[in-house]
Amino acid sequence: MSIILDKVNYVYSEKTAYEIHALKDVSLKINDGEFIGIIGHTGSGKSTLIQHLNGLVKASSGGIYYNGQDIDDDDYNRKELRSKVGLVFQYPEHQLFETTVFADVCFGPKNQGLSRKQSELKAFTALRSVRLPEDYWYRSPFELSGGQKRRAAIAGVLAMEPEVLVLDEPTAGLDPKGRDEILDLVAKLHKERRMTVILVSHSMEDVAKYVGRLIVMNRGSVMYDGTPAEVFAHYQELEEVGLAAPQVTYLMHELRGRGIPANGTATTLEEAKQSILQAFSEKR
Amino acid sequence: MNFIEARKLVFEYIRRDEEDNVESILTALDEVDLDVREGEFVAVLGHNGSGKSTLAKHLNVLLAPGGGTLWVDGKDAEDADNLWAIRQSTGMVFQNPDNQIIASVVEEDVAFGPENIGVPTAEILKRVEKSLKSVGMLQYREHSPNRLSGGQKQRVAIAGVMAMEPKCIVLDEPTAMLDPNGRREVLEAVERLNREKGVTVILITHYMEEVTNADRVYVMDNGKVVMQGTPRAIFSQVDTLKSYRLDVPQITLLAYELRKAGLAIPEGILTRQELVEALCRLY
Repeated sequence: MSIILDKVNYVYSEKTAYEIHALKDVSLKINDGEFIGIIGHTGSGKSTLIQHLNGLVKASSGGIYYNGQDIDDDDYNRKELRSKVGLVFQYPEHQLFETTVFADVCFGPKNQGLSRKQSELKAFTALRSVRLPEDYWYRSPFELSGGQKRRAAIAGVLAMEPEVLVLDEPTAGLDPKGRDEILDLVAKLHKERRMTVILVSHSMEDVAKYVGRLIVMNRGSVMYDGTPAEVFAHYQELEEVGLAAPQVTYLMHELRGRGIPANGTATTLEEAKQSILQAFSEKR
Repeated sequence: MNFIEARKLVFEYIRRDEEDNVESILTALDEVDLDVREGEFVAVLGHNGSGKSTLAKHLNVLLAPGGGTLWVDGKDAEDADNLWAIRQSTGMVFQNPDNQIIASVVEEDVAFGPENIGVPTAEILKRVEKSLKSVGMLQYREHSPNRLSGGQKQRVAIAGVMAMEPKCIVLDEPTAMLDPNGRREVLEAVERLNREKGVTVILITHYMEEVTNADRVYVMDNGKVVMQGTPRAIFSQVDTLKSYRLDVPQITLLAYELRKAGLAIPEGILTRQELVEALCRLY
């Protein structure tokens, strides 16, 4: 199982004065069970890219294949695709609309044509898996805190039991603890359910900590595609396109410059810590 | 007298049912004391729902105190006659740039505030130019705001506030919706206004890295001020901050972890430079 993008191009407002070539010849293979991060500055094409993954926008040219099938075929079931590839938009809590959290989470499965009972069962499981305490389930979504609303909105997508979960900056506007909670939750879903996860983020520290593969978008093209360590080794090039490496990566390079043999490929706090401690213990 | 002085400031969100009976009371500000000197850069941290934004909305009287006293620029916030004077001396910038821009040309947007308070046209033109220049956006004066990046839009919003010539700017999570570049642009613009123009800045944020240059930091929890001090003093208390659902900058956390592992690194490291120096001295 995989998603393949073959030379995908997308042009907004084609043949007008406002024409923008948002994606340029993007070719990617997303394998089953991967945890992928996508970074890129505002306008680099990240959001346009992820909207292609469940057929919300149709590529201007090129092909997208879900499990080998062309999603642009006339007889392809795109409605089903949208429940298999669950998309969590930025500020998803703005889309909560039902009178209670539980009813809101039931909306997806009900729309898939499931019976009321089945829908409620899925909502139950989804709300459990995002660890939203039960006393909140029958309250209005507006009574929840920012982090809780965010989790309720993610539950709404999980209730459709997607195979692929795509999240567009799921931690924007949350406090540090709230950020950790959401990302730990996503990592757990990835690990326990072997769900494919695609995370769009502005935080280099977060992607370094969580993802196995990192894709850098720049001006509509894939600029880098590799492990966080491989990608962040290009920190100078990343800066030129308005991005950066995690703080610890810079630290490691500066330490090396001062004669301390630190690991220049460290991208997480834990890696940096181990490498510095090792450098000190080898010296003694 | 300080520029801002709050004493035992209280604010409650009271919910009533259809018959006007009180259903629930949420104490968003619980006897808050706040002192900000003119020209100071003060940061306010706190988790979602800790009362930061409610506090911010008091500082230019978008909300009136429910209890206690608040003086801004020597004026009592409870006196309705002071409302407009306080709003002119203390401007606000909010999180979402798209909700704050109203005109279709950048310079018209910046001119909106001074126009509203009857500033003469020649003076408006001067102010627009000066404030756009102060945030590094002068070359975009004739552009359409909807073609700007998030960071650029936020800087236009700040210029709009600057055109009112306030003594103080309150920024409520101005970078939450921006990419790293946009965050840096906005923060640099704010720091420059504070440093070069002496504007008093109150910055509310969830990004710990943004407050390392502040003069003082307030930490809020459950509507109360629970910590205050210099960034160094605040970020030395890693465990206490975590108990308030907050964090420290990644470099500070690394220094803290290395200290716990036995390296003799001083407490309260804030920047990469400091950590590099500390490690080199030990090596």
